[in-house]
Amino acid sequence: MIEKPYGTAAAVQHASPRDWPPDSRLNPGPERAFRAICALALVLPLLLLATLLGRALQEGWPRLSMEFITAYPSRVPANAGILPALVGSAFLMGLTAVMAIPLGVGAAIYLEEYAGSSRLTGLIEVSISNLAGVPSIIYGLLGLELFVRAMAFGRSLLAGAATLALLLLPMVILAAREALRTVPHSMREACFALGADRWQTVRRVVLPMSLPGILTGIILALARAIGETAPLITIGALTYVPFLPDSVHSPFTALPIQIFNWISRPQAGFRVNAAAGIIVLLAIMLLMNGAAIWLRVRFERKLSS
Amino acid sequence: MNHTIDKNSPRLEHVAPPPPTSAGSVPARTDAGLTSKMWVEDLRAWFGATEVLKGVTLPIAEHRATAIIGPSGCGKSTLVRCLNRMHEVVRGARVTGRVFLDGVDVYRPEVNPVRLRQRVGMVFQKPNPFPAMSIRQNVLAGLRLQKSRADDEDALVESSLRQAALWDEVKDVLDRSGSHLSGGQQQRLCIARALAMKPDVLLMDEPCSALDPIATAKIEDLIHELRTRYTVAIVTHNMQQASRVADYTAFLYLGTLIEFGETRQLFTKPADPRTEAYITGRFG
Ligand SMILES: Nc1ncnc2c1ncn2[C@@H]1O[C@H](COP(=O)(O)OP(=O)(O)O)[C@@H](O)[C@H]1O
Ligand SMILES: [Mg+2]
Repeated sequence: MIEKPYGTAAAVQHASPRDWPPDSRLNPGPERAFRAICALALVLPLLLLATLLGRALQEGWPRLSMEFITAYPSRVPANAGILPALVGSAFLMGLTAVMAIPLGVGAAIYLEEYAGSSRLTGLIEVSISNLAGVPSIIYGLLGLELFVRAMAFGRSLLAGAATLALLLLPMVILAAREALRTVPHSMREACFALGADRWQTVRRVVLPMSLPGILTGIILALARAIGETAPLITIGALTYVPFLPDSVHSPFTALPIQIFNWISRPQAGFRVNAAAGIIVLLAIMLLMNGAAIWLRVRFERKLSS
Repeated sequence: MNHTIDKNSPRLEHVAPPPPTSAGSVPARTDAGLTSKMWVEDLRAWFGATEVLKGVTLPIAEHRATAIIGPSGCGKSTLVRCLNRMHEVVRGARVTGRVFLDGVDVYRPEVNPVRLRQRVGMVFQKPNPFPAMSIRQNVLAGLRLQKSRADDEDALVESSLRQAALWDEVKDVLDRSGSHLSGGQQQRLCIARALAMKPDVLLMDEPCSALDPIATAKIEDLIHELRTRYTVAIVTHNMQQASRVADYTAFLYLGTLIEFGETRQLFTKPADPRTEAYITGRFG
């Protein structure tokens, strides 16, 4: 009889009788509970958001028309429109972008590409991160004192845009730095090794590679700024503007201020107007966010093809 | 059998004679009369307070390939990065000593590192073509930075890619991004990009370490050809590679040049016990 070179199956099983399979980690309780909590954390805000959106749509949708968008404000709710607010917001965003983008991207390039790591730059970096978290009304107070009074811009578009630009700067700087940091160091070295100086390296290699990220950050920051109300009210933007701004020194109103004004009126008709205004504002913000995503996808595809 | 570099050769007229041999430093040995394209003298380099090159003196012979070998962290990359002044780009990095190119110390204040890097090209360990540029734009990138235009850019692109043995593989996709190429192709694109600058010296820092054996063999063949037209300094941790491609080899250990000599001689009859220990695989 030929002897088996190995033990019987029973013997093999005896080698590890109890601890296989290890069942200590199979208790599904904590895992399930954690998943439920996370799901709840996702669903709850979404539900809230959906309710808000639903109510605004329900109330405001019937009011939305070309007329609503092209009419000036009026004491009669049914005649009132958002044209000055819409144009004011557009001008405000344009001016804010013109001020915040070069300054913000420039500061980010300086901090990432030029500045050494001294105690001063460390302090600056911490300050910028902190500034990004300062409540917007504080920027309003600063704008009121600095732009409206000290620099005598008055309650103009210029003062409003400058205030919003201050508010956006930390966000733009942080987003741009983040984008610049995604460019691998080896790309800069490759460029230096070809005989480029720092500026050429930034312009030819680093900026093109980080542009989608920078643009995305800028658009998201602008999308936030377009909804900002507190700083504009603080600097004294008007709430009733029956004309379009004709220069940067014009008084102005903006969409969120118009909405805020309508909500505070007692007549029900104005509440409907506010809901319609909110729909317009949300549509603009969605469009801007969509543009940011589109840019990102487009550039990523271009880089990888 | 040991020769010193001919100090009286016309290209070295400004070069001070090599320092006298002392314990731990080894006299330069190359064929008598061979011109050194570059001459490194008492080079010390720091990262912050850490000295990673501790006084290296070394010739880089013209129209030859010189390999720099040694265990990781011994300062090979730092050494070649000092040759085109890329070391000083790193924050907190510092260099002393002299590096002559055609008799001129490249660390003299009036030498513009940007101009130096146009003459001393570099290929890095990890292939790094510019992803936002097409293959063609990659090859022309150095030229564009100088804002100069070659008379015939198409010819320059073709000749650079041919020299880098890449032309046949990419001639139909010149306008596509270089990032869809294989690792070996990307590295040859980086070589083409360096060659398009028509450099005098080509520095290569472990150019094959991220590549498979076939791509490695291609690049080694390439180096073998390029070395006769240019001057090549190649860092490698692969001793077979050093013996295949290099005419001269320098063994660096802990920031000190232990031995320099003709490749065959260094590998068959090393003068220093540490070199012998390294090439026989007893450390590193
Ligand atoms: N950027 C850096 N900052 C600080 N130390 C560094 C840096 N790069 C390299 N070093 C150190 O310098 C030494 C030499 O590095 P390197 O020249 O890259 O060695 P090798 O190329 O021979 O592996 C190593 O000890 C390494 O840790
Ligand atoms: Mg290295």
